[in-house]
Amino acid sequence: MSSSQKITLAKGLNMGLRKAMEDDDKVLLMGEDVGKLGGVFRITDGLQKDFGEDRVIDSPLAESGIVGTAVGMALRGYRPVVEIQFDGFVYPAYDQIVCQVAKYTFRSQGKVKMPIVIRIPFGGGIGAVEHHSESPEAQFAHTPGLKVVACSNPVDGYWMIQQAIAHDDPVIFLEPKRQYHADKAELDESATPEPLFTSRVVRPGSDATLLAYGPTVKTALKCAEAAAEEGRQLEVIDLRTLSPLDMAPVLESVRRTGRCVVTHEAHVNLGMGAELAARITEECFYSLEAPVLRVGAFDTPYPPSRIEEEYLPDLDRVLDAVDRTFAY
Amino acid sequence: MTEPAGFGPDLAEVFGPSQQDGGPNLVQLLTPEGERVHHPEFDHDFSAEELRGLYRDMVLTRRIDVEATALQRHGELGIWAQLLGQEAAQIGAGRALSPQDYVFPTYREHGVAYCRGLDPLKLLGLFRGVDQGSWDPNEANFGLYTIVIGAQTLHATGYAMGLQRDGVVGTGDPERDAAVIAHFGDGASSQGDVNEAFIFAASYNAPVVFFCQNNQWAISEPIERQTRIPLHQRALGFGFPGIRVDGNDVLATYAVTKAALQRAREGNGPSFVEAYTYRMGAHTTTDDPTRYRLNDELEHWKLKDPIERLKVYLRRNGLVDQEFFDSLDAEAKELGAHLREGCKALPDPKPLDQFGYVFSEMTEELEAQRDGFAAYLESFEGAHS
Repeated sequence: MSSSQKITLAKGLNMGLRKAMEDDDKVLLMGEDVGKLGGVFRITDGLQKDFGEDRVIDSPLAESGIVGTAVGMALRGYRPVVEIQFDGFVYPAYDQIVCQVAKYTFRSQGKVKMPIVIRIPFGGGIGAVEHHSESPEAQFAHTPGLKVVACSNPVDGYWMIQQAIAHDDPVIFLEPKRQYHADKAELDESATPEPLFTSRVVRPGSDATLLAYGPTVKTALKCAEAAAEEGRQLEVIDLRTLSPLDMAPVLESVRRTGRCVVTHEAHVNLGMGAELAARITEECFYSLEAPVLRVGAFDTPYPPSRIEEEYLPDLDRVLDAVDRTFAY
Repeated sequence: MTEPAGFGPDLAEVFGPSQQDGGPNLVQLLTPEGERVHHPEFDHDFSAEELRGLYRDMVLTRRIDVEATALQRHGELGIWAQLLGQEAAQIGAGRALSPQDYVFPTYREHGVAYCRGLDPLKLLGLFRGVDQGSWDPNEANFGLYTIVIGAQTLHATGYAMGLQRDGVVGTGDPERDAAVIAHFGDGASSQGDVNEAFIFAASYNAPVVFFCQNNQWAISEPIERQTRIPLHQRALGFGFPGIRVDGNDVLATYAVTKAALQRAREGNGPSFVEAYTYRMGAHTTTDDPTRYRLNDELEHWKLKDPIERLKVYLRRNGLVDQEFFDSLDAEAKELGAHLREGCKALPDPKPLDQFGYVFSEMTEELEAQRDGFAAYLESFEGAHS
């Protein structure tokens, strides 16, 4: 098999999970429908067949139970990878995640590790019914003891899931479900991956900085293309890690461009954009030509899907914010 | 409440009119009067030495509880969760464990902790506010105290699933086969996590014993607010056996828990042990039981004191002499002094310690916060000299 091939995000994640399971027999997958069905998005397709029911565990329909038993598995020395079927279903497990998964290392004064990965397909744009399109990242990024990352493309999907599994602390692993089967990218398995908790400039530019993660990276790149036609060079940064935030590339960029727009699918109020705007203001106050602007979902519950395109930040709304930063 | 006609049997008919005294299915080996009785399924031949050992364990456990309660009254502990009255349930369960078994406690398992060989002083840190449990859970296979009600029953089930995968269940080697015990109370039986733990354990046939100390009260809420049927009967609905044992009878809790653990170790799956007991003190030192329960009830349960009944049995059968009691008394006094002196000497954590335990792999941003705070603290040094 050649070491280079074109894959989707779904395939990248599937290959990454497989590799992690081959590399370490303590890695287990747990969740609803992850076995025979291969998950509702088929991310775990074929893994139970190859690794058996003891390592790819079809769970009862109980999210708190899935995460809570994963805590016990981790205490026994396993490295559970939990699949939450949809973002809106993570809330029944919220207590186990924020009170147990996030706190065990602290409570034990470092004597116990919690190497659990909680995979959450997140974000909207797939025409789903309620509770299937949410962006709960800020709730977890606000919780000490959790690390939160979001992949945006097939290559990151492949590497980041392996790195998250190998990491000794709990990782909330956000997967933009809209991208699962969307675009293909070239994966070179022999390449050296970027470290897990790092941001990355995915399009260089000099006039303004666009920050995005997960599903909005694609939107931001489209914005940069459109803006370039109007003569504005936007720098796009894929944050990749939400907690901890990797601020160095962000600050370097904003100091250079003087303008910044953050976009995410989550609600604007108290979202990741608020944290980024605050930190950029603290660090880059004298470099800023305009306030940091945020483009996200409205502070309403996720709407019926027929109007979700009006709710999610799209090309035009982000470009409008870019225009506004230049109006200062 | 009456059931609609044709909707199955009447609950009162099935479960009997009342749960007073534990009902007809209560497993008991020693009556409140100190009479040894036998049970067709759950029995055990206790040697004189074993009996004296169980008595000693209960006396010392009560001493831990009494000392800690006094320390709270003197302002040395912020709060204490008393176990007064539950010594038999805990010692019976604790002594039934093998070293390779793993315990997932609530925050009241002081007797079980003692059985696992933990220095009782280590239990005080959480309640004094100097740590959140300073023991290594993997040293004595005794988990950290868990404050969120019932959360640990899922951890226990997951750990038990791990034992299955490690091939240490049902091998036939008693030194190797292991099981897990999850402690919780009657109030916790209402929690979703506990019910989810039952479902996971049953579904995977996990080697876990759910050990419920039904002490009749969840802070101020009586057992009637948690269940309409005897708790142990619930297990059947989840697909595994449930047994009610006299939780004030250390011999019975020992025998029943031992059998349940053995069943789990042999690969026969989970079971539910309801230790029918009574919390003679408050839920914690912050509540006032006289506001929600009658003194008559307490007086009734005092007659079932777990320590007194074994004392009567030991005396009546000539298994102890005065020297035994004198020596135990001296040991209890020594333990009390150890706790009193040790508690006050427990060191406060250092302000910068908190940063070090959030992750096993620290983040740069947290390091920066720690360094900033360290510099801030250092700026005060010498300020008042």
